[in-house]
Amino acid sequence: MIVFLFAGVVACKKEVIDSYFIGFQKPAYFPEPTYRFENNPVTKDGFELGRKLFYDNLLSSNNTISCGSCHIQTSAFTHHGHKTSHGIFDQLGIRNSPSIANIAWGKSFMWDGGVPDLDLQPIAPITSPVEMGDTMANVLRKLQNHQQYPALFKKAFGSDNISTANFLKALSQFMVMCISNNSKYDSVMRNEASFTADEAEGYTIFKQKCNDCHKEPLFTDESFRSNGLTLNAANDLGRYFITLNESDKFKFKVPSLRNLEYTTPYMHDGRIYTLEGVLNHYQTGIEPRQNLDPLLLQDPVRAGIRFLPEEKTKLIQFLNTLNDRYLLTNKMLSEQ
Amino acid sequence: MKKIFIPAIAVVCIMTACKKDNNMPSEYDSSKKAALSIEFDNVAGASDLALTTGSYTNPTGETFNVTKLKYYISNVKLTNTNGMEYVVPQDSCYFLIDESDEDTHEPVVRIPEGEYKSLTFTIGVDSLRNTKDISQRTGVLDPTGAGADMYWSWNSGYIFFKMEGQSAASAMGDYQYHIGLYGGMSTATINNVKTITIDLTSRGTPKVKSTKSTNVHLMVDILKMFNGTSNFSIAARPMVMVDPFSATIADNYTKMFSHDHTEN
Repeated sequence: MIVFLFAGVVACKKEVIDSYFIGFQKPAYFPEPTYRFENNPVTKDGFELGRKLFYDNLLSSNNTISCGSCHIQTSAFTHHGHKTSHGIFDQLGIRNSPSIANIAWGKSFMWDGGVPDLDLQPIAPITSPVEMGDTMANVLRKLQNHQQYPALFKKAFGSDNISTANFLKALSQFMVMCISNNSKYDSVMRNEASFTADEAEGYTIFKQKCNDCHKEPLFTDESFRSNGLTLNAANDLGRYFITLNESDKFKFKVPSLRNLEYTTPYMHDGRIYTLEGVLNHYQTGIEPRQNLDPLLLQDPVRAGIRFLPEEKTKLIQFLNTLNDRYLLTNKMLSEQ
Repeated sequence: MKKIFIPAIAVVCIMTACKKDNNMPSEYDSSKKAALSIEFDNVAGASDLALTTGSYTNPTGETFNVTKLKYYISNVKLTNTNGMEYVVPQDSCYFLIDESDEDTHEPVVRIPEGEYKSLTFTIGVDSLRNTKDISQRTGVLDPTGAGADMYWSWNSGYIFFKMEGQSAASAMGDYQYHIGLYGGMSTATINNVKTITIDLTSRGTPKVKSTKSTNVHLMVDILKMFNGTSNFSIAARPMVMVDPFSATIADNYTKMFSHDHTEN
């Protein structure tokens, strides 16, 4: 188990809560994280610097967009209400911004898994012309000339010369701390609460029909699958754009089912607005096309997953136990 | 690690042993390191390459100019006339050749004294370095610094070879070849990492000594990029980036490099 305890001076009488910092702690029932903490141990100074950077508009070319603009805490770190996320000069991307909750367990990043290392991930949105539209060299220059940042980097990494690596590692230190493990489901896993009868039945249905891909407790197996959506107007072939393998056409990363209440709309392009809509898609909307996931072909009569109406209701009740309000309100993760 | 390390030690040991061997002329002290510069002289057929202003004709007969030409050279290895191989330590062995920056045209490696019969290098960046921690991507490999123009952030990996320019043969008026792909991290993809070996015996072996400087002069003929192994036209392929056709271009550009002469 990887636990980094960072105990500061508890002597300060005022605001004890600020005076110590418990670094990354793996919830007991979670698997081992994939992030390589040995290369970037989370410290209080590194985390706080990362948080400041995450919420700083300075990371975009005209200083209007921050990471937090499209990864909004009150939307569980996604972009609420937008099918596809909009960036600098109100330009639209072609995908819905994914949540960064539990990103320390991510095996790859982006809907197509194009980035295999969290430390490299921020370069993509910062330099994307439709997201933050800047160059990394310019961002580093702005930080180096800033009144506060050189001193903050010195505090966190021992040098006020702001390097690419330290900039990216600070952002990672903030992101890996965005852990979602305070939903009702988590309380049940910790034996601190119990499901209602309907939620418990929903959980059983979930384990039968959903858990193969949306594997608990992270509610994703991090794989890439084609789930029978029709090709969108952007002709987005997903994972194929990365691997150029025919067998990857139409495949996208399986998203977590945590915090669905706050993260609508759903799917890589935000085409479905409600959970009922998502279940209806799996029941009757599957487009049988190249690379359709075999798990959606188990029903001999029709592609998809069959739900009785009352099963859908119970399943949704269970899915609602995955909403983690604490993640949305945790001051430690908020813009200060 | 051990597997890599032991042969490295063995090579050093053998080379040290050669010092006493009669095969190696006594003027070389293989325990001493000396500088060897490798010049990458970019040309288009018989003409020196002039960025933007030069007009060239490819094997298909299309005229074009070149506004940008950049490529990585890495993992340099030299074999001496006794057949001993010396691998330049990897960390000091990533070079970005940029036609617009003369300072990059002649990378220098430090190798044991001796006479060398062949030169091996990778065009591009090896797979392993493509997956390294950000702290080990410095200098020309800094994806936000010197390497920013040679890195795909959205499909994380280095662009090994980049050539851009204008041509009336292209419907868009210009062409762009950005060739990368290192084989993938979790899913196998095209692997365009190419390693080539160039014979140095017919055009003059470098005799490397710490008391002098030695230069191996390579010609890099960009016309071969169009037909080194199979011919293609700008009209048919004005833009190739993350594309299956990138493998053809990567095969072609392995034929661009030839040894012209050695300055001993």
